Amino acid sequence: MSQDFLATRNAQFRHQVARRLAGDLTEEEFKPLRLMNGVYLQLHAYMLRVAVPYGTLNADQLRALAHIADKWDRGYGHVTTRQNMQFNWPRLTDIPDMLDHLATVNLHAIQTSGNTIRNVTADPFAGAAADEIADPRPLAELIRLWSTDHPEFQFLGRKFKIAVSGATTDRAVLKAHDLAVRIRQNDGQIGYEVLIGGGLGRTPMVGQTLAEFLPQADLLPYLEAVLATYNLLGRRDNKYKARIKIAVHEHGLENLRDLVEIEFARRRPTFKGADQALLTQLEQQFALPVLPLRDAAPYYTARDADPGFRSFTDTNLAPHKRAGHAIVTVSLKPYGGTPGDITSDQMRILADLADRHAHSELRFTPEQNIVLPHVALADLPALYHGLLAAGLATANVGRASDIIACPGMDYCALATARSIPLAQDLSAMLHDTGLDGKLGKLGIKISGCINACAHHHLADIGILGLDRGGVETYQITLGGAPGDDMRVGTRTGPGFSADDIVPAIERLAQAHLVLRRDADEGFSATFDRVGMAPFKAALYPETTKISA
Amino acid sequence: MSTQPNFHVVTANALDTGDVVYLTGCDEWSPEILTAEFIDDTEHADFRLFVAQGQTRLVVDAHLAEVEITDNGPVPLTRREALRAQGPSVAAPQPHAIAAE
Repeated sequence: MSQDFLATRNAQFRHQVARRLAGDLTEEEFKPLRLMNGVYLQLHAYMLRVAVPYGTLNADQLRALAHIADKWDRGYGHVTTRQNMQFNWPRLTDIPDMLDHLATVNLHAIQTSGNTIRNVTADPFAGAAADEIADPRPLAELIRLWSTDHPEFQFLGRKFKIAVSGATTDRAVLKAHDLAVRIRQNDGQIGYEVLIGGGLGRTPMVGQTLAEFLPQADLLPYLEAVLATYNLLGRRDNKYKARIKIAVHEHGLENLRDLVEIEFARRRPTFKGADQALLTQLEQQFALPVLPLRDAAPYYTARDADPGFRSFTDTNLAPHKRAGHAIVTVSLKPYGGTPGDITSDQMRILADLADRHAHSELRFTPEQNIVLPHVALADLPALYHGLLAAGLATANVGRASDIIACPGMDYCALATARSIPLAQDLSAMLHDTGLDGKLGKLGIKISGCINACAHHHLADIGILGLDRGGVETYQITLGGAPGDDMRVGTRTGPGFSADDIVPAIERLAQAHLVLRRDADEGFSATFDRVGMAPFKAALYPETTKISA
Repeated sequence: MSTQPNFHVVTANALDTGDVVYLTGCDEWSPEILTAEFIDDTEHADFRLFVAQGQTRLVVDAHLAEVEITDNGPVPLTRREALRAQGPSVAAPQPHAIAAE
């Protein structure tokens, strides 16, 4: 994003804030302007949502976020499930200064809200994953440049979320997005699968393939055709029926595809290759750093000597495309802590560690953690001790205590129940009972309202907080999955009170330990094999006894 | 704990800071619910809300919240308003929390 563009845009917003404070703009006039710049009004304060494009940032950008947290907020930031960072306590009067500071490191908050194309998300292991066909970030950046301030798509019927992946495993929740692009390879040629119509919220739907394999040069005009078709076809009479998933549902995928093809034929000739030239440039910018093969003996020695390190490397590492290296996920889920929160001090330490051991690169993940994508095995012991000293070495990535939770009613103006205290209590219970280690991989996701920001539908154990007659009630769904075989979980039955939900989840976890075939059988696999009944019996023992 | 009939307060967020504020009987906006004007008359509550909604250079999202006056002071009747009055029920992470696991 050019500095001129950001400077102009920030100056524009500074002027808009001044006009609002002076009374020259009403709140009705100002609200869409602030939303376009990522500024929400939450329960207790404004909230600034900073776009972290496709979750990728460098060490200096993380330091800038730390500076913002200290100078204009309360010393911490919150990583979201869309790979952004939210600040929960800014003053409206300070936000123009915050945006100017973000611009110094080429960050901004544009289109992190409002009915526009939102910040593009991507595989958090992008550029490093062993199963990658191609790094999705150049394409994600191309889409970002195309969609930012795109005049035709600033007032869509509803928000529009795009995700991109270049790996064989889906780590970007592609099928839960309005539109997703999956890089594919066919006879040595790179092309793109385009999926549309995914989404969660009150009407969860699984994305479907609109185009199997688009040539590279056709992608942007095709995306433009999809957006233009949605812009005309999507409903504007009911905000709950305005997402593209409803258009797909109401008009049918085939009809929509026909309309997109007509629009594509009209637009394709206007794309004369500048986008492809830019994509080539971007591919060079995202080149893999030089990763020399080093002696990994210190790693193996430390694994043998230090159980804490061994435990960390068992859970928090993923395979890297280069031998002798690993992808490290830094958990932002300390036991009993708030999922996704990170203090400014921790940000600075992590930035320093990234400089020292990870080629200054970081990624925010949809699971509200932070990835160091390129770490030599030889550097892992030193990195681990640095993380340990900063309270960032929790060895629980992918485990039950790696809970995804939205801000819930503690912060969010839309929420109907709190999420964070429940996440904290569950995490503490899982740790204190030893269940976290025994359960192995298990996903728990908690949303504080039906908007499903924590993707609770797609969890082994999903929890939805609702308000029932002024009382917080938590419904449970089981057997959801986020990846290639995305599916929506099944509701178990009546909800639980805030006092009863943690014991209920403990009973579910204990039941899984009894029911699973062996330690390698994951929760959803057990659920598929044995069905709902035994889990229901564990959840509702009294009801089961009465009805038996 | 003795209780009295329920009251209304006028509440909003301050335009410049976003802070939760309450309308006092002196037409000022206070961050303390204790200093709010407690209104037991529906018509008067509507009138005070009308006044508040006109103060668009000072506040955003002015609305009425129902409160119960208890021995411990005013208690909003909905969890949402209780959280607005008291702040989040969870502590923010503290810088000194950095320590070995």
